[in-house]
This record gives sequence, C-alpha cells and structure tokens, in this order.
Amino acid sequence: MSELAAGGGQHPALQHHFRDLEQQKAASSLGMWVFIAQEILFFGGIFMAYIVYRIKYPEAFVAGSHHLSWQVGFFNTLVLIGSSLTMAMAVYSAAIGKSRRVVGFILATVLLGSVFLGVKYFEYAEKIGPCLPGASGVGCLVPGERFDASALGVSGEAAGHTQIFYSLYFGMTGLHALHMIIGIPILLVIARAAWKERYSPEWHTPVEMVGLYWHFVDIVWIFLFPLLYLIGAH
Amino acid sequence: MSGPHVLPVRVYLGIFAALSVLTAITVATAQFDFGPLNNLVALGIATTKATLVVLYFMHARYSGKLTAVVIATSIGFLFILFFLTLTDYLSRAWAL
Repeated sequence: MSELAAGGGQHPALQHHFRDLEQQKAASSLGMWVFIAQEILFFGGIFMAYIVYRIKYPEAFVAGSHHLSWQVGFFNTLVLIGSSLTMAMAVYSAAIGKSRRVVGFILATVLLGSVFLGVKYFEYAEKIGPCLPGASGVGCLVPGERFDASALGVSGEAAGHTQIFYSLYFGMTGLHALHMIIGIPILLVIARAAWKERYSPEWHTPVEMVGLYWHFVDIVWIFLFPLLYLIGAH
Repeated sequence: MSGPHVLPVRVYLGIFAALSVLTAITVATAQFDFGPLNNLVALGIATTKATLVVLYFMHARYSGKLTAVVIATSIGFLFILFFLTLTDYLSRAWAL
C-alpha cells in the first residue's frame, strides 16, 4: 500500500494529512467531481430558463437559431472536441511519465481553445458591432433598444421574442466562453509545472483535475451546439 | 480504488472519432424535419456524446463507485429542477 512511507522517504507531493498518494488522489478527484456537480446545476438553471422560454416562444427560437451559422458552430464543435482529445492525451502522457509531451499536448489544447474563442469573437462582433455608438444599428442582435429583428424573418410579437433567444444565446455561450477563459491560464500554469518535471506517473493530479474541468466545459458545448444552432429543420 | 487510468491511445482516438461522427450526424439530422422528434434526436445524440466524454475522457468508468454516485446525484437533481419547474409552468391555467 504505502511503500513510499514505509520506506522512510515520502513522496514530495504527499501532504501530511493523507495516508498515501492513492488516498490523496482519490480525495482530489472526489472534490473535483463535486465541483463539477455544482457546475452542472449552475448551468442547469440557465438551461431551465432556455426550456421554459423555448416552450413559450417556439417560432422566435427557430427564427433566432436559423440566423446563427451552423457551419461556424459545427467547426467550433470539432475544434473543442479536438481540444478534449489533446487534453486526454496530456493526461495520458503524464500517466506514462512523458513530461515534454504533456507540455506539448497542453499547449495544443490551449491553441485549440484559443481558436474556439477567436471564432466566437467574430461571431459576437458580427452581432454586437452594429449596436455600437455611431454604428447604423442594422443587424444589431444585442437585446435592448437597438435590437433589430429585420434580418430574422419574423414580424410582430415574435420579433420581440427573438430578443429572449439572443439573451439566452449570449448568456449561455458567454458563460461557457468564460469557463474557457478561466481554464486557459490554469492550463498554462500546469504546462509550466510539467516543463519543470513536477509530475510523475505516481503523481500528476493537477493534470488530471484540469483535464476533468476542460472535458466538462466541452460537454456544456456539446449541449449548447444543437440547442442554439440547430433548432428546427434547416 | 482508482483503478487503471492508463487507457491505450487508440481508445482516445476512437472516442474522438466517434464524437466527430456524432457531431456530423447531429448536423445532418438537423436538415430534416422529424416534427416533435427533432429535439429528441438532437438531445439523444448530445447525451451519447456527453456520456462518451464522461466515461472515457474523464475516466469515470474507472473512477470507482463514489464518483458514480456524485455524477448520478447531480444529474438527478438537475432533473428534479427541470421536472418540478415544468409541472408548475405547464400546468398553469393561462398556459405557458
């Protein structure tokens, strides 16, 4: 069981209140999963809002969704799935003790995450740009006074209700993007530690934990993509 | 307790391939109108993808019963949220 402790020399990463590395790792893992459980319910609230309003205003949701580019969403989904693969490979490399590869795979994950956020930037800019002071306001899709539903192919009350779709669009994708923006610096810190050979097959818990976080963020997008970009037949 | 976390590389590549194919399928099915089944198809595919990520990328399949309990509990509470909220909204006399 605790051969390291029995041998007199403790693993440098083992904290004194744990019996052995295995117990420490199990505690970290459980803590991370409880955090993710909290995240599921945190996102759950906004998904609940989405369900209620989509039932209430189905035609406005279809109109709002059709205006989003599913091609862009599809591309970004593949990019994010790719970043999950590189993240899984980083954890795998840490488990077999290849520190240089851990760094490489984490940097690839950061790169793919940045591509995703870059694409998101252009998607947002297209919708927010026309709303800025001095801009024409044509095609402004930020809910509020300058919201312009003329390009959405709906009229009357449904046109106003598309604002609710776009509120949820910005809220959900924004919250998701915020999670990635938080994840990227954490990944970089861990890449730096991997570069300094801090991790070993016996102990690489930070790599595994950031991996859990990154995969969770991927899962949120897996649900957001069809719910926002693919409503109704195209 | 934690079990073997080192899966062969081909498992990760296989999951990535499956996720990509399922993404393509969800886009392809969105070109057709299945009526009320649209949502069921889209959410079924998304749930399958999420399950693959949880089981293999996140190693939940090899992480022990306690992890499974945490995951099941959070999803259970998520459905309590959805269910109880909808019993209210969908049963209002003035309709949703």
